Amino acid sequence: MNLELILFLILTLVAAFSSVMVITRKNPILSAVYLILNFFALAGIYLLLNAQFLSVVQVIVYAGAIMILFLFVIMLINTENEASILADKKPIKVFAIFIAVLVFAQIAYLIFYSNPAELSNGTIENLIKAGQIESIGRELYTTYILPFLIAGYLLLVATIGAIILAKKKFE
Amino acid sequence: MGFLQFIWDGIWAVLSLGNFALIKILLIANIILITVSYLVYFERKISAWTQNRIGPNRVGWRGALQPFADVFKLLLKEDIVPEKANKPLHTLAPFIALFVAFSTYAVLPIGPAIQIGEETVNLVVADINMGILYVLALTSIGVYAITFAGYSSGSKYSLLGGIRSSAQMISYEVSMGFSIAGVVMMAESLSPIKIVESQSGLLWNALIQPIGFITFVVAAFAETNRLPFDLPEAEPELVGGFHTEYSSMKFAGFFLAEYANMIIASAMIITLYLGGWQIPYIETLNLGTTVTTILQISAFMVKMGALLFFFIWVRWSIPRFRYDQLMSLGWKVMFPLSLLNVVYVAVIIMLFNV
Repeated sequence: MNLELILFLILTLVAAFSSVMVITRKNPILSAVYLILNFFALAGIYLLLNAQFLSVVQVIVYAGAIMILFLFVIMLINTENEASILADKKPIKVFAIFIAVLVFAQIAYLIFYSNPAELSNGTIENLIKAGQIESIGRELYTTYILPFLIAGYLLLVATIGAIILAKKKFE
Repeated sequence: MGFLQFIWDGIWAVLSLGNFALIKILLIANIILITVSYLVYFERKISAWTQNRIGPNRVGWRGALQPFADVFKLLLKEDIVPEKANKPLHTLAPFIALFVAFSTYAVLPIGPAIQIGEETVNLVVADINMGILYVLALTSIGVYAITFAGYSSGSKYSLLGGIRSSAQMISYEVSMGFSIAGVVMMAESLSPIKIVESQSGLLWNALIQPIGFITFVVAAFAETNRLPFDLPEAEPELVGGFHTEYSSMKFAGFFLAEYANMIIASAMIITLYLGGWQIPYIETLNLGTTVTTILQISAFMVKMGALLFFFIWVRWSIPRFRYDQLMSLGWKVMFPLSLLNVVYVAVIIMLFNV
């Protein structure tokens, strides 16, 4: 067993364990804490796959910014009667199961019927280069400039929308 | 002799692992711990001078052993955990704070690469090519220490302190990130060593992009929770803020982390804006490699000392912001200014083709 394999086993076990804990905890704060742990394990797995930039961004964006906002909201609202809200709403449960099966089928399809390694011309050097910040930047600003700009505008629209909604409430 | 040689080879193999990482980790951790304890002493001394008092002067010569007395006092105190606390989280929070405070230093260089025998040793624990992003990632984890401490204590003062701090840190992280973007654009790299090397001569980023320098320094004050931005622990309103319910060594953990964060913030300011270990035009003096290296490491230490003094000086001179003032300063002044800085740097790069 080499170091990489040991690290991979530890990280995947932590990721699997924490994701089970996320959906079984009653206390939403604890769920969020386990989700953060899960993000860290994922960041470690990205590092093992030589995707340094993706790994750091995973920590900065998901663990650092989004989950803090989640915790922020959970702390401010009263979550004690959350169990009773979801207890007698069958349509929500059916919908949730439907979404879960759909996402699972997508992931299974990706794992069994596609080979992401082929996309980067196969060689190991290309794969390592693909994870570095220089090549990601170059690709984003040349090949994928249009989707990149569209995503930027979408985020801008969402930000302005959020500000308008928040302002209406206070006026 | 053969046996001794074998043992020595084994020890050498472990020590030289990853560019002498073990020795460097040991050195850095100890330097930070000693600096932190004396930083607390100097904080008390300087505050005494500003307020026309004498300050600690009982333990040792002019109170020089005061830090050790403080540590023993904290160690020997009873560790109280509130009844309504979430115990695992309550214990985890100070450890996160300490983890962040100590591991951030891994990527910040204190001097140029030196030659020991046949090996070139970088004076940084890990020379990774996205070091600055690593620092940003760790500081964003640091918010959790305070948020968890606030939530898990089961006390409304702690909770309010924790919530305030998460809002404050997220707001200032944005302008911090954009200020760093200006530096990264100038250096064309995210590696701290390359950023320092790009500021040779008098091309210090503090002189080239003063707006970015100011926004970064202000954001660094906010990120380290120092006055005038120590809202999370504003004593008159929130008792002790997020660490109201902490005592003994766990409290000491937060205390240590705060001062270690000050050291990191200073090191970041030096690396990004004040030319790192560089002394302008020292190579024209022809002093030889050894002398130059020693002078450059001392230059780093002197800059560090000056910045740490500045941190303490500001704390005892400027009153605390009100919470809404803090937020409007963060979003309405710092954020646009740091965006302006990015545009300004881009124009400079375009005009002078640096």
